[in-house]
Amino acid sequence: MNTVRSLCLTPGSVMTSPLSVDMMDVKRFKEYISWLYYQYLLVTCSYVLEPWEQSIFNTVLLTVVAMVVYTAYVFIPIHIRLALEFFSSLCGGQHESTVAIIS
Amino acid sequence: MAHTSAPVRNGHPLHPGKNDVGLRNGFSKNGQHLHHTKGGLYKRPFTESFEQAPLYVAVLTYMGFGVVTLFGYFRDFLRAWGFEKCNLAQEREEQKDFVPLYQDFENFYTRNLYMRVRDNWNRPICSLPGPQFDLMERVSDDYNWTFRHTGKVIDGVINMGSYNYLGFAENDPTFLTSVEESNEKYGSGVCSTRQEMGNLDIHEELEKLVATFLGVESAMTFGMGFATNAMNIPALVGKGCLILSDELNHTSLVLGARLSGSTIRVFKHNNMQSLEKLLRDAVVHGQPRSHRPWKKILIIVEGIYSMEGSIVRLPEIIALKKKYKAYLYLDEAHSIGAVGPTGRGVVEFFELDPRDIDVLMGTFTKSFGSSGGYIAGKKELVDFLRLHSHSAVYATSMSPPVAEQILRSMKCIMGLDGTTIGIQRVRRLAENTRYFRQRLNEMGFIIYGHEESPVVPLLLFMPGKVGAFAREMLKRKIGVVVVGFPATPITEARARFCVSAAHTTPMLDKVLNALDELGDHLVLKYSRHTRSSRPELYDETSFEMDD
Repeated sequence: MNTVRSLCLTPGSVMTSPLSVDMMDVKRFKEYISWLYYQYLLVTCSYVLEPWEQSIFNTVLLTVVAMVVYTAYVFIPIHIRLALEFFSSLCGGQHESTVAIIS
Repeated sequence: MAHTSAPVRNGHPLHPGKNDVGLRNGFSKNGQHLHHTKGGLYKRPFTESFEQAPLYVAVLTYMGFGVVTLFGYFRDFLRAWGFEKCNLAQEREEQKDFVPLYQDFENFYTRNLYMRVRDNWNRPICSLPGPQFDLMERVSDDYNWTFRHTGKVIDGVINMGSYNYLGFAENDPTFLTSVEESNEKYGSGVCSTRQEMGNLDIHEELEKLVATFLGVESAMTFGMGFATNAMNIPALVGKGCLILSDELNHTSLVLGARLSGSTIRVFKHNNMQSLEKLLRDAVVHGQPRSHRPWKKILIIVEGIYSMEGSIVRLPEIIALKKKYKAYLYLDEAHSIGAVGPTGRGVVEFFELDPRDIDVLMGTFTKSFGSSGGYIAGKKELVDFLRLHSHSAVYATSMSPPVAEQILRSMKCIMGLDGTTIGIQRVRRLAENTRYFRQRLNEMGFIIYGHEESPVVPLLLFMPGKVGAFAREMLKRKIGVVVVGFPATPITEARARFCVSAAHTTPMLDKVLNALDELGDHLVLKYSRHTRSSRPELYDETSFEMDD
């Protein structure tokens, strides 16, 4: 058949043995992760690409996602702090000025 | 399904009379839902569904196409600059300065998406395409540019793609004795056209039988179904005539219409309001510049549309045609033998009179297990076609064993061979269709089309899933046909199942279980039972549409 990476997962017919319950859970978890990866391949249509093209696509996507996460990590707290200061200075300043007029 | 008892109405079928106010919106006083009977035109409810997928599916589909297009440009760049070997046809060095012979951009999609998943089409079969067939295994070492056969045969693959509606694609010798005899008597070649030496007595017998089968005066048969449309429409209409053709008509009809030289106007698929608007404009305004009346107006529709699984709204079209004095050409390629209580096609399905339709066309390829096409209607029409059809003058007539196969299958369906095999098969097909569609709807897939059409398109949407679906089904020994862009709209890639009377319930169950499993594995169960983007036509008489 075609040499594209085709993940053929059989639906779980799990035989549990009392000693290796942990191994079964780990296996089920790994199967689930590989099913998620398969969904990612299908949805982004990387399923049809050759393996080296898939690597390029994954690298580019991971780089973009990493940059987005880094930017969010660096800038969002600063922006939120500045926004809170701005709004609090508005409300707080108003409160102080009314107090000043009354007294 | 209860038959609705619509009272006799005065006035035009499309405009219910005044005493029907209580029934206009489809609800009668005693609370019984009348469905869309359109003033008594339909004897049974007409239930079609074209459910629309959730929005994120369309977004992801476009995204998938975007990724493939980007990589397509990247690979084209590599090929153009020599980093990669080019496997396509290329021009010779000496001719580089000439006008280009190969249109690179038009083949962009073929080169960059179709080639990657090409192993799902043109699979070589090495047995009869009955309910099961044998497949030759082939592998590719260079990502589908070339294939090689390993020599192994995958046998017992369930066939869900052949148009074998009544199961007449069979090689059982007991059924084929008359075909064998006709081969011994006439040989297999005719070596001439109908008008010269190719008119055999078996053709005459076949034409009489086809006319009796359809309930019309006369019929004429041709050697090829595609050519029946392409060669006969030019004989019937020409310059100064108007053709009103459905949006999703088959290529043979489109080709015939274009060859004829008439003006072609397209109405929205199965949409009677669109058709009526076009008819009114044609009758009122006439030909484009001179405003002379059109010589002929021909409405071209199909019985069952094979990509959608929808059935034509024939009673309404006949009412419209009588009102505006147009002619009707009905192409029953997929519906003859496949719908109707005794397999006579959509005319019988809607319980109409075949004399209301001017030109009945059909093919013998699908339900009769043979090849060729026919045109049937009034005797004057068929006599005219015998003289003026391009096919009759230039094309070789039907081969005798092929004609004999049609004769024997048609006699079987009509019951003239003394058995009830034919009618049993017609009923079996209807049962299989209902069962298959009902189970698929229950599972939560999006299925298009009328609930009684044996063509079942199952929507896949994303281009990645198209390839994955076909390969996974083959691993489970089920052969399916998947279709994508450009045969379908870009977001609506689908797998098309053709139910057959030869499928037994265990076979259908095997297919349904595989579909259930794959539906969960590939996440294909998108149905939410919501309304679709195609307008559902209720009892409205005018419909403002933005064209």
